[in-house]
Amino acid sequence: MSSDAITIPALQIQEKPWVDLLHEWVTTVDHKRLGILYILYGLGFLVVGGVEALIIRIQLMHSHNDFVSPQVFNRMFTMHGTTMIFFMVMPVLFGFANYLVPLMIGARDMAFPRLNAFSFWLSAFGGLLLYFSFFGGSGLYGAGNAPDVGWWAYAPLGARAFSPGHSSDYWTLSLLVSGFGSIGTAINIIATVLCMRCPGMKLGRMPLQVWLYFVMGGMVLIAITPLSAAQIMLLIDRYLGGHFFDTQAGGSAVLWMHFFWIFGHPEVYVLVIPAFGFLSEIIPVFSRKPIFGYPVMVAATIAIGLVSTSVWAHHMFTVGMNSYANSFFAITTMAIGIPTGIKIFNWIGTMWGGRIQLKVPMLFCIGFLFQFLIAGLTGIIQAVVPVDWQLSLSYFVVAHFHYVIVGGILFATFGAFYYWYPKMTGRMLSERLGKWHFWLFLIGFHMTFDVMHVPGLLGMPRRIYTYEPGRGWDTLNLIVSIGALIQAIAVLIFVWNLISSYFAGAKAGNDPWDAWTLEWSTSSPPPPYNFATVPVVSSRRPLWDLKHPEDPDSQYE
Amino acid sequence: MLAWSYLLLAPPALAAPSQTNIFAPESTPAKSILNLTVFVLVITAIIFVVVFTLLVYSISKFHAKSADANREPAQVYGSTQIELAWTIIPVLIVVVLFLATARSIHAIQDAPEPPGALDVIAIGHQYWWEFRYPAFGIVTANELHIPVSDPSRPTPTFLQLLSADTDHSFWIPELAGKTDLVPNHPNRMWMDPHRTGIFLGQCAQYCGTQHAKMLLRVSVDSPQDFAAWVRSQQQPAVQDQSMMAGRQVFEHTACINCHTVSGTPANGRFGPDLTHLMSRTTLAAGAAENTPDSLRQWLQNPDVIKPGSLMPAMKLSDADLTAVVDYMETLR
Repeated sequence: MSSDAITIPALQIQEKPWVDLLHEWVTTVDHKRLGILYILYGLGFLVVGGVEALIIRIQLMHSHNDFVSPQVFNRMFTMHGTTMIFFMVMPVLFGFANYLVPLMIGARDMAFPRLNAFSFWLSAFGGLLLYFSFFGGSGLYGAGNAPDVGWWAYAPLGARAFSPGHSSDYWTLSLLVSGFGSIGTAINIIATVLCMRCPGMKLGRMPLQVWLYFVMGGMVLIAITPLSAAQIMLLIDRYLGGHFFDTQAGGSAVLWMHFFWIFGHPEVYVLVIPAFGFLSEIIPVFSRKPIFGYPVMVAATIAIGLVSTSVWAHHMFTVGMNSYANSFFAITTMAIGIPTGIKIFNWIGTMWGGRIQLKVPMLFCIGFLFQFLIAGLTGIIQAVVPVDWQLSLSYFVVAHFHYVIVGGILFATFGAFYYWYPKMTGRMLSERLGKWHFWLFLIGFHMTFDVMHVPGLLGMPRRIYTYEPGRGWDTLNLIVSIGALIQAIAVLIFVWNLISSYFAGAKAGNDPWDAWTLEWSTSSPPPPYNFATVPVVSSRRPLWDLKHPEDPDSQYE
Repeated sequence: MLAWSYLLLAPPALAAPSQTNIFAPESTPAKSILNLTVFVLVITAIIFVVVFTLLVYSISKFHAKSADANREPAQVYGSTQIELAWTIIPVLIVVVLFLATARSIHAIQDAPEPPGALDVIAIGHQYWWEFRYPAFGIVTANELHIPVSDPSRPTPTFLQLLSADTDHSFWIPELAGKTDLVPNHPNRMWMDPHRTGIFLGQCAQYCGTQHAKMLLRVSVDSPQDFAAWVRSQQQPAVQDQSMMAGRQVFEHTACINCHTVSGTPANGRFGPDLTHLMSRTTLAAGAAENTPDSLRQWLQNPDVIKPGSLMPAMKLSDADLTAVVDYMETLR
């Protein structure tokens, strides 16, 4: 790659009236701006979903608490789950996908820029629709109410007999609408990866992040489709006299469970695979070594993608499937631990013999490794069906999947913020605030979610708004709630860091981390066209080749 | 990490404070689940220690030192042998775990019903449990009575699990794992308690507003006590002539649309059977102690005890309320 391919003329910055700026952002089809919109949108919902979590935790601080009514509590856990999965983690990960994929493969934009904008605004509308239920849930006279059916809305709770009014319709429609947005984005990512790579960027030379987003795109297509189908069937049940899930008229509750989890479990991997991508970019750069076993990492990702479509019923070990079905879903669930384990070993292999720099992005990735290890092992424990008969639907499960989503995905995503924020804004995030954020969040996380396993072992079911004294759950729940408050403080520090560093952070320059992938070859923030001339690459680490002409990667691949 | 020390210390440390502890099993299914749990915990703990050590070692050993700040380390791209090793070992672990799992699934789930077994039908309702004993013609609510089972001559209880409305889940951690009660999808579970006593649990599958107060009590009785309980439950309701006033209020308000008192016109099935209400220690699926005061409060304003329950406030006058409570107090 010649060096003049990556020099960029200085960006022209003009002062514009704010209305023009707003108009530009609303009508933009630029993948970077849409990426940032997605991320800001998700961050907004991180705060909203976090407040809901705090309300839940305050209510559960001690037995027989009456901070909120059971109705409000049930709405809070329904909205918390729905918000965090669909309107916080997914938008943030899609945002990074939008921002990074074209830059990493040397493209000027996504394959379908207008579809991209359409998808974002659909997803955004979905979130607003969900929250509009607070006002319109029972039809706009006085205050409405949010859905209270749980984020799985197990049939027949979603049927009209048990969910009168419109609150669960808002839930259904918001997931349907944002689901179409997700499908649009997934198609866009797949087309971009297949069609928009710069010269020399063979599939086998793509950064792992791009590979992982490619696999995620395929999984979104597989996972969201049955969810959308189920939501349409539910609407038919509710408004057109259908009986798919209407048990009062002979419908099947178990059918809904299958539909939901055939979406729900691949969805977990839709969320975690981009997080794997963050680690696969950040750990090599901060260990100063290439990723260990690149082809194996790609193969393991594809294996996870394939196997994850056949594990869904491990959410249903207690609903009375026969012993052969239970055994089948036990072995597929255990088997998915193998490629996941291989990934952890490869990250360790990457650090091994390296020169590890413990900057904030790397700290969050290391946090991920420890926590995802535990999350994976508690997952294996629950794949053992008879053990799951005890643990399923208890606080042990709640602790397990928060270990995956918070301890894994959210930690990796925080790492990604600290790593790519300089590229997006041209400013570094404060390392000092970042360390405060990391350590406080780590302490809060472990107080909350380590301890949360124990009430599950002591028989505490999930989704209860209160509990009896004398079960041995009081002290544990108090610790869990205090940990949640500490996490909230850490998130506030993070938000403050994002805001203050935008105005006063150190200038980042093009390549603050001495990294190797193409996004670091252009200016920070990149110009609308990304690259002045389209780059040409000859290895997986084009900037390594550029910085080490005497020892380029292209010699070894 | 803390969780792991908890998990490993759990059996001794946690046995005392809780009555719903999966580490204190008193019945064959719960005991064999605990054995399997310990087996899996040991395997996962070994994996945890190995990987944890590798992680800590690689981070501390390869932590950048300022002396060689500008030197890039050797660029290593991978190793087929190492990849093979850390693929094959997990495969073997999975095979072992799966075999143990499949064996245990079969042993618990497909256990044949022996001749001496007791059959009970458990029906989940929005926020209470109905128990029917077809062999004895008994119907009761929320407090399940079953006989203790001598391991040498087992008399297990087999539950058929049904639901009248939404999904529920039957969970007594010390007796067995949980099984859901799903409408249109009958399930089965069994337990053979090895000691007498009261065992606690509650609905584990979110079923609506008052999921939290859908508590379960299982009274495991000695064979003599169980036989005596069956005999008393088989009696028709006590007909106390001095309580005619309360009975009339009961039968002339909507109470009888939902509740049964055997031998009287009250034969509703939407709410719990009240024929032997006073034989139970709790009200409203465990939400309150069964005392005259809480019974009065429950009839007057159920939302105070259990907001969102389907029991309506009957708005009885004070005199009628007293009469009905007095009548209920005779239903032993």
